[in-house]
Amino acid sequence: MRRISCAKVAKTVANLCQEANLFLPSDVLASLNYAASREVSPLGQAALSQILENNKIAAEEKIPICQDCGTAVVFLEMGNEVRIISGNLFDAVNEGVRQGYKDGYLRKSLCHPLTRKNTGDNTPAVIHLYMVPGDKLKIIVCPKGGGAENMSRLAMLSPSVGKDGIKKFVIGTVEQAGFNSCPPIVVGVGIGGGTFERAAFLAKKALLRSTNTPNTDGELNLLEYELYSAINKLGMGPAGLGGSRTALAVFIGMEPCHIASLPVAVNINCHAARHKEAIL
Amino acid sequence: MKVDLTTPLKDEDLAKLKIGDEVLLSGIIYSARDAAHKRMIEALDRGRTLPFDVKGQVIYYMGPSPARPGQVIGSAGPTTSGRMDAYAPRLMEIGLKGMIGKGMRSQSVIEAMKKYQCVYFGATGGVGALISKSIKSAKVIAYEDLGAEAIYELIVENFPLIVINDVLGNDLYREGIEKYKQGGKIAN
Ligand code: SF4
Repeated sequence: MRRISCAKVAKTVANLCQEANLFLPSDVLASLNYAASREVSPLGQAALSQILENNKIAAEEKIPICQDCGTAVVFLEMGNEVRIISGNLFDAVNEGVRQGYKDGYLRKSLCHPLTRKNTGDNTPAVIHLYMVPGDKLKIIVCPKGGGAENMSRLAMLSPSVGKDGIKKFVIGTVEQAGFNSCPPIVVGVGIGGGTFERAAFLAKKALLRSTNTPNTDGELNLLEYELYSAINKLGMGPAGLGGSRTALAVFIGMEPCHIASLPVAVNINCHAARHKEAIL
Repeated sequence: MKVDLTTPLKDEDLAKLKIGDEVLLSGIIYSARDAAHKRMIEALDRGRTLPFDVKGQVIYYMGPSPARPGQVIGSAGPTTSGRMDAYAPRLMEIGLKGMIGKGMRSQSVIEAMKKYQCVYFGATGGVGALISKSIKSAKVIAYEDLGAEAIYELIVENFPLIVINDVLGNDLYREGIEKYKQGGKIAN
């Protein structure tokens, strides 16, 4: 058993929260540059230049990429030979979020759903824990803004609609989402998963993939490409000002589902597709 | 067209604006999001005055991240405007001339913009660090307890905006789609 202390987890999470909000992953930046080289609309071009310039300023001057520094979504990939010591793992993650959002001058955006009173420290984090072989702990922090998250959808489709039905639902969701979710967007699609919540998890997890890697499943890779092309023909463009670059990427995650169901979740991420990881 | 505008805005300024115009806005503007709007409308319902005189003014739908020491403001980009649709016509009725945010407005808000002569400007979503450079001073003037959702009085210089809805009821988002839909020529 390898021991990892809660203090170490908290410190790592705190750093990741700050870094994720200042430095966009290099693959997302590359996709933005690519989009800028292809955008056909002048206003869309201008919006992309602003987005690229914004990321430069954020990194150089330590001003968050976006004022919505997000809900801290934290993925914990825990090796089954790891033992967490001196505390509770989830408490440590929340402590890291608390520290990171405070020290990083990040906006605290979580509140009581009914009274709307701010929790004051951006907790609780949304934590996804799963076990993998090995003696490492991989922590991925993904700050997720409200604008794009609000436009995400889940449907329990009838299995009879097949691939075409899935495409229709994904494209329809993006059509509704477009202007509010800060395009060019990254689209995470979860197909199947035994139940309702699993599809949503698959869609969220799909967003972590790097934009320069293909889907390892050939059929899904093709479906991703078809969706990407169709979305970029919708005409919304960067910042919704009209144009040919509405999506930077489409990522699909798929798992078997119940014989009676076809759950499909679409989780939209904005161009500020932030995530940072560390391995302990 | 590129246009320089300074607040407060007059009807003559607005009459010249067309959707798609690139505006550089300077002068005083006020930030307000959901919670501040709710309070302002409640104040009006009770016959009270608002924390600032809305006449001729521009409201920016924005709640900033905290400023680091030495900075005027943190990241300061727009939030989704649709959430303010329920409140906006009431403020136009008493003289609001401009709104800044991101995303579509409802038909009733667009109708109100025509009726009361008000313009909706889009700021690019997710470029809060860049926009913070146009903000020269920031001061909380009301509802401090709301934190990031308090009302700030902001002095801006050359804040880059696009006219999304003009006083004639045109909508850049809808037109953009018309123009670029299909496009067809997507190489990859
Ligand atoms: S959708 Fe993303 S880029 Fe847009 S305001 Fe929200 S967090 Fe920022």
